[in-house]
Amino acid sequence: MKEATGLKEIIKPENLVYRRSEVLVDNTLSYCPGCGHGTTHRILAELIEELGLQSQTIGISPVGCSVLLYHYLDVDIQQAAHGRAPAVATGIKRLLPDKFVFTYQGDGDLAAIGTSETIHACNRGENIMIIFVNNGIYGMTGGQMAPTTIPGMKSSTSPLGRDVKTMGNPLMMTDIVATLPGTYYVTRQSVHTPANVRRTKKAMRKAIEYQKLNKGTCFIEIVSNCPSGWRMTPVESNKWMEENMFSYYPLGDLKTPAE
Amino acid sequence: MEKELRLMKGNEAIAEAAIRAGVDGYFGYPITPQSEILEYLMEANPYKTTGMVVLQAESEIAAINMVYGGAGCGKKVMTSSSSPGISLKQEGISYIAGAELPCLIVNVARGGPGLGTIQPAQADYFQSVKGGGHGDYHLIVLAPASVQEMADFVELGFDLAFKYRNPVLILSDGAIGQMMEKVYLKPQKPRATDSPDWATTGKGNRKERNIITSLDLDPDRQEDFNHKLQAKYAEIEKNEVRFEEFQCEDADYLFIAYGTSARVCQKSVQIAREHGLKAGLLRPITLFPFPSVRINELSAKVKGILSVEMSSGQMVEDVMLAVNGKVPVKHFGRMGGIVTTPDEVVEKLKTLFIGGE
Amino acid sequence: MAKIRGSIVVDVEKCKGCEVCMVSCPTGTIAMAKEVNSKGYFNAYPAHPELCIGCASCAIVCPDGVITVYKTKI
Repeated sequence: MKEATGLKEIIKPENLVYRRSEVLVDNTLSYCPGCGHGTTHRILAELIEELGLQSQTIGISPVGCSVLLYHYLDVDIQQAAHGRAPAVATGIKRLLPDKFVFTYQGDGDLAAIGTSETIHACNRGENIMIIFVNNGIYGMTGGQMAPTTIPGMKSSTSPLGRDVKTMGNPLMMTDIVATLPGTYYVTRQSVHTPANVRRTKKAMRKAIEYQKLNKGTCFIEIVSNCPSGWRMTPVESNKWMEENMFSYYPLGDLKTPAE
Repeated sequence: MEKELRLMKGNEAIAEAAIRAGVDGYFGYPITPQSEILEYLMEANPYKTTGMVVLQAESEIAAINMVYGGAGCGKKVMTSSSSPGISLKQEGISYIAGAELPCLIVNVARGGPGLGTIQPAQADYFQSVKGGGHGDYHLIVLAPASVQEMADFVELGFDLAFKYRNPVLILSDGAIGQMMEKVYLKPQKPRATDSPDWATTGKGNRKERNIITSLDLDPDRQEDFNHKLQAKYAEIEKNEVRFEEFQCEDADYLFIAYGTSARVCQKSVQIAREHGLKAGLLRPITLFPFPSVRINELSAKVKGILSVEMSSGQMVEDVMLAVNGKVPVKHFGRMGGIVTTPDEVVEKLKTLFIGGE
Repeated sequence: MAKIRGSIVVDVEKCKGCEVCMVSCPTGTIAMAKEVNSKGYFNAYPAHPELCIGCASCAIVCPDGVITVYKTKI
């Protein structure tokens, strides 16, 4: 492995502070440079490793940029039809209730074609974790408008910017599922700065641990960037996200378990 | 190993047979004429006795995807619907076939197209046998003609599904779903405790993770995979053809019919012979694989073949392919939910083949 | 008083040059290489290794997990 290293005398096993999780397969992620998918995969892998869940995890990948999740996470995975991951997860968790089951979905998958499956799985309170990566655009198919695209935002199917009058407002799926009694923990986070990564990891750890309680669905939205779809550099896209997306999608817990 | 004798509706027989066959999960949605399957299972509450999961999904689409999830875990899972709902499931069915998963789908067919009617029809033959969903795949299709077969085909369906890692469809119709007949039910079989080695059950002690997917972006690999599927279907065609013959040995004319139409034609054979016409009936039990070889053999000995199906003529195309021009093949069938009568069929046989052609 | 010193190791070929680590580094340790790696990306590297405090901000924000971090007291 070709490496760029810092001070060599410090590089000793006893000094190790951080290394890539072993739950990540030793390959290169196919995501665009700077894409939040990679960071989210990494956090999830670290938690699966730290919590010792690798042998009991079954994940479901969507249709979208993260369809190939099963190439990157070394756990049993089913690839689901577009939007149907919560239904697939329902089948799995009902039949194998002792396993840790999660879905990983983008905004087209969860909030467009999958709206019904998302709402009904949450309404039934399926004991699964739903990870919702929201970058307000359809990345895999080339940058079209999504239900979560914010007003005025340009995309390949809203070239003049999202026009609320003809295209509707952004669909606030996380807020909607938080109103359902079937959800147990609902939160919205981001992964673009170290502080936010730490907060996301804390939130996701809770979501994972809560599954053992069988108290309902844990739903975590990750507001993320799409440098390619937004036609920006990664650093620019994170700045744009901070300045524009967070006013529509404010970070924080929307629903926490009653103490 | 006593079998229990009961008087049951076709739909109920499927539900009871599913419980007794040790099915792990049923995911369904109400639609006439098959809602009794879900209702019976909810009433029976097998979760308490065998641990079988019964769930009313929010849509037929959700139900087939729940089946996908359960099937991916190596479990015996099934769903049921009627024609319009089966249309909704096609994407999920294609995914199940593409991921090589076992499962059972029941279509209690009704008249179409569109919302159609609630009375029986056999206009889903193309949908069931020729694809329905996108891509080069086949379902194994079983066509029951009695309440007994509704019950028996559940276990047979799962045996075939797991043997070939392929979805199996029971193509029934509203008449058989609703009629009541005697049925012998097998004793309760326990649900399986082990899982196939390809299933996603959590890595456990396995070195490699299991992935259930139908995606491969590499064209060479995807072509190889399609060849693998085709080889599987060739095996199925070689080994799993099932049919029943009724008075074909000396027949001059042959009826080919399945399901309710076969019941009608059985009477038509009797009526025809009373009128001096030597008719026989070949009833396909598997529609895929189709009994082409046997139909081809019989066509050498008859003067004409009438395909009888409650449709505009779907199965007749496969009959024609099997006969390969040896003798005239025609179709007769009522549509709109109307069930043909035995006399009607005999009249058609006469007018289409004997008089005034 | 003991000083915290860090050292990072970047997997050059897996890095996609997104620069998010660089803007997250609190000490200015990281810069982007002047030559591309074999994939054509200007990869990140510890340009000022003596400034590194081993906080791992770079590693935890990296979408591709290409950074390993070490830290010691001197």
